[in-house]
Amino acid sequence: MEHDPGKTSQQELILSGIPAAPGIAMGLAYLYSKQMPHIQMKPIPESEVESEILRLQSAIARAEKELRKILSFAEQKLGPQSAKIFEAQIMILNDQILIGTIEKRIKEELRNSEFIVFDEIGKYRRMMMSATDEYMHERAHELDDVTNRIIRCVQDQKLFSRLEGESIIVSESLAPADTVIFSRNQILGYATDLGGITSHAALLSRSLKIPAVVGLRTATKQIHTGDFIAIDGYGGIIAINPTEETIDGLNRKAQRLKEFEAKLVGIAGLPAETIDHKRYELSANIEFADEIEFAISQGSRGIGLYRTESQLIGRASFPTEDEQAQDYSTVAEGLFPHPVIFRTFDIGGDKISPEPYHEDNPFLGWRGIRVSLERPEMFLAQLRAILRASTRKNVRIMLPMVSRLTEVRRAKEYLKQAKEELKARDTPFDSKIKIGVMIEVPSAALLANEISAEVDFLSIGTNDLIQYMLAVDRGNSAVASLYQDFNPAVLRTIKMVIDGGHKQGIWVGMCGEMAGNPLATVLLVGLGLDEFSVIPSVLPEIKQIIRSIKYKDARKVADKVLTLSTEPEIREYLTTVVKARIPDIPLEEQSG
Amino acid sequence: MVECTVTIKNRAGLHTRPAATLVKTASRFQSEFTISKDGFDINGKSIIGVMTLAAEQGSTLQLRFEGSDEEEAMKSIVELFERGFDEQ
Repeated sequence: MEHDPGKTSQQELILSGIPAAPGIAMGLAYLYSKQMPHIQMKPIPESEVESEILRLQSAIARAEKELRKILSFAEQKLGPQSAKIFEAQIMILNDQILIGTIEKRIKEELRNSEFIVFDEIGKYRRMMMSATDEYMHERAHELDDVTNRIIRCVQDQKLFSRLEGESIIVSESLAPADTVIFSRNQILGYATDLGGITSHAALLSRSLKIPAVVGLRTATKQIHTGDFIAIDGYGGIIAINPTEETIDGLNRKAQRLKEFEAKLVGIAGLPAETIDHKRYELSANIEFADEIEFAISQGSRGIGLYRTESQLIGRASFPTEDEQAQDYSTVAEGLFPHPVIFRTFDIGGDKISPEPYHEDNPFLGWRGIRVSLERPEMFLAQLRAILRASTRKNVRIMLPMVSRLTEVRRAKEYLKQAKEELKARDTPFDSKIKIGVMIEVPSAALLANEISAEVDFLSIGTNDLIQYMLAVDRGNSAVASLYQDFNPAVLRTIKMVIDGGHKQGIWVGMCGEMAGNPLATVLLVGLGLDEFSVIPSVLPEIKQIIRSIKYKDARKVADKVLTLSTEPEIREYLTTVVKARIPDIPLEEQSG
Repeated sequence: MVECTVTIKNRAGLHTRPAATLVKTASRFQSEFTISKDGFDINGKSIIGVMTLAAEQGSTLQLRFEGSDEEEAMKSIVELFERGFDEQ
């Protein structure tokens, strides 16, 4: 490594998060915080009241113009539902009572417009924040956006005047509006502390082809504006003050990926079939209907995991049966003739409890099927909505967080009841709709055989399964490195689940991250997995691997792996296997 | 001045779209329009005010109209509530 004397105190620091949009970039960090612009109360002389008001009016006009641009961009990229928040903000800018009051106060109080805007909208904000429900708090944050925008325009500041050249944006989270604004600037990448809720931003990053890593937890604390950082949107890694070695490594990786991706063009239309003609279902995990197009363009033959809880984002109340049915039907129609698996709400108790609900250990708490079975009205409404979307017979249902057989039986009873209710209403649905179980709790894995006897398919959710099996919270940096995809106990459990399903004549898929890990593909084919459901961006790569192997060779690889007893041995062996078939494949370095 | 009490019938309450419809309708009249809920008043012609009410399905609001066209204004607004803002 080359030693730069100017950087002696700047040690390289690696943060890992969740890869949200592929790509590699390096540049200076820009820390984006949603703090209010600095506002001072300043008295103004009476003679300046008129020009102060003119300044306010032109600022509001400019703010509206900005918002309209964002609105139309958001409508195209995110769909009308998500664009609605910007419409609400435009209406506030056009609120004649509000603006009239602000102008009147400037005249009467002889104070600067920034302060009055902040103070007047602040009154409403306080009322919203004093409400108990989360929805109103979110609305209050929208008011912050409006206030900030007006004040920024008043101060005639450009938001990015400090953003020189190309930057990597680091923030707690990115709202759709932020991503849209940033997209007009020269942005090299996005890194955020939080994940999940920023899915829209992740989606947009992918469509704009800007690398993004989310769920970094401490990025905004560890990175400062002006730091040199590298972002790896494939591996979900940020390097602060990267060493020459890291930079070289990433540059090589970027180059390899570029070449590899160029080779994959055209593979989307080909089947996921081994050299000895064994075909696989290759599908995508998505959260929003907007993602279907991207998934299909990547060669997806369906959706193996549709996370229905995405509908709850930013809402005050549960979506009604009608609203859900509409959402599910859009997805099912958009995919026809390909299938879609709707996973019923995988939410914790905090999402549905009217009172503040707290659990010391939510991973071992009230979530998934446990919540659904205790809230029959909610569960039945969702089941009816899914059934209503099933008229073209391409819809399947999957139950999350199952840990015992009785849960499956009770859920099936509810499904029966939901069908009867629809029949009574003369509403059409697929009476033979398939129902499956997500295997993500070790007890359910051990009962795979018994569960398989009562359902139509299984899908292994590796992320939670591994966390539960190895007793490791991946979000806890003290133990995160103990999380191992290729722990022999994990792999033997996966084999047991697949064998259990096959013994009962049903198919077994995988919708966890492991399904999208190119290092695992040969092994999973060899273990007999029937379906891979992965994030859309890795689809071509997984397909390429499947197309370059023989099933009978994969069987031998799996047999060999099952004799190995430590994860490093297994990784090393699998790396050799994959590299022998596809020498230029970009594989993640051992991260744990 | 005329007054009346209404109950919100549409499921999602006075969220953005119904709030906009309400404000738009109220603005067609010259009369002043005040909405009271839980002891505080907001101007019914102000979208930000109506949003702040956070009025949910089933909540009760007092409406007050004052001006030359107060009767007509009340009639139009009450009708909106009764129709549930044409939403489900």
